[in-house]
Amino acid sequence: MAAIAHGTEMTPVTSPLKKTALHGLHLSLGAKMVEFAGYEMPVQYADGVLKEHLHTRAKAGLFDVSHMGQAFLETTRAKAGTDAAHLDIADAIETLLPGEIRKLKKGGMRYSVLLNEDGGVLDDLMVTRPSAEDKQGSLFLVVNAACKEADFAHIGASLTGRAVLRIAADRSLLALQGPAAARVLCAIIPGCTQQTFMTMAPYDWNGVQLIVSRCGYTGEDGFEVSVPSDAAESLAKALLEHPDVAPIGLGARDSLRLEAGLCLYGHDIDATTSPVEGNIAFALGKRRREEGGFPGAARIRRELAEGPARLRVGLKPEGRAPAREGTDIVDMTGRKIGVVTSGGFGPTLGGPLAMGYVDFAHAQTGTGVQLMVRGKPLPAVVVDMPFVPHSYYRG
Amino acid sequence: MSVRFTKDHEWVRLEGESAVIGISEHAAGQLGDVVFVELPEVGRKFSKGDDMAVVESVKAASDVYAPISGEVVEVNQAIVDDPSKVNADPAGAGWFVKLKPSDASEIGALMDESAYSAFVGTL
Repeated sequence: MAAIAHGTEMTPVTSPLKKTALHGLHLSLGAKMVEFAGYEMPVQYADGVLKEHLHTRAKAGLFDVSHMGQAFLETTRAKAGTDAAHLDIADAIETLLPGEIRKLKKGGMRYSVLLNEDGGVLDDLMVTRPSAEDKQGSLFLVVNAACKEADFAHIGASLTGRAVLRIAADRSLLALQGPAAARVLCAIIPGCTQQTFMTMAPYDWNGVQLIVSRCGYTGEDGFEVSVPSDAAESLAKALLEHPDVAPIGLGARDSLRLEAGLCLYGHDIDATTSPVEGNIAFALGKRRREEGGFPGAARIRRELAEGPARLRVGLKPEGRAPAREGTDIVDMTGRKIGVVTSGGFGPTLGGPLAMGYVDFAHAQTGTGVQLMVRGKPLPAVVVDMPFVPHSYYRG
Repeated sequence: MSVRFTKDHEWVRLEGESAVIGISEHAAGQLGDVVFVELPEVGRKFSKGDDMAVVESVKAASDVYAPISGEVVEVNQAIVDDPSKVNADPAGAGWFVKLKPSDASEIGALMDESAYSAFVGTL
């Protein structure tokens, strides 16, 4: 037997790769390591992808996402610590992305996208306004591992003279996800239960400065914790001591985010897809849609008004066979109407699931389509996402 | 005759007139929890090395090759209905198909258990 298709591009480790601060811990926990975005990362631990996925939905999973890029963007034109400084840095980054950053509350965060001049997505990212008064005029950015060098170069060069980008290469990032996440995290960081979805707060943990964001990539309630790398292993171990917490690899991270209907950059969205086509128009602020003033605004506003040529949709195969990335989508007459961009098996859903682009005429929920799996057309239907309901804590 | 193995991690065991075929414990472990199996129809003929079946885990799909040439005389519907049987007992209840070999000498040319163990050790 031989591998014919993968859910994500993960290959066994062959060449010298970057390691996260938790590398030794992963090995001691029995992780199977693979190459991902230039890093040696755990794809699974001894329990395997299926059990790790179900554990995260039932209790809490701990993910090492330290390969992602963290940076602080700081205004150089306004006095830090004032509301004017926030508006200045918001105006700066709003030239690169279509999100509503000006009106972010202190400690609020937004999912947004860096755009190219054609309105294509260079990367998706989280943009956070600090809660502390003295940090106003700064934004905390978290971007994808595979894009971080290019993103940081792009942001730094584009905003020269008005802002400076400080890359937080000395920080690691842990995600704790699942219904038990709040209980577990708050046992060691009292206070974080009060935090609602898409907010950030700083905490002192035994003298270590943590940046705790209530967000994630699984559809579950949970947190992402930015921690200085020299304290990352002790924080991870403190969380893993709790009986409800298991370490979770990239394999389950992929199946969890797929069930949650969330995009994987480079697969479901890329430099050729607009955020409207990518069905992530919620990343476009209302004021920003009206005013424009971001790269590719003409195309994006036209697509919002007239409908995009194609749309990313959820696909539910009617049988048991998974349809993987690259599978052609055809209409009932066999004419190609699109392609699967992510697909596999959803352990919580208990069956196959996929997402992909179809031309706009076939994008309506309930539309019957066919997926060409190993040369055979398999019936599937366009469905709303998420496949598994989100469980975010909104207070 | 004892069980024989291919470098692609299929096993073959002759039982009377038919050759029972499955995937090795090593392969099942590497693949992880099996969530989908596609088996050929009874009566289909394969040459050694042809794509014969498909097995998928949460994260990947793999082809299973015909380890010998022959005609399918029986398939294991139980692993289609419950793919976890492949992980639970890959050498027994998790078998895939039974072939009527067109050339039984092909089986003898495959690795025996100790040769296969040594081969897996090099991976």
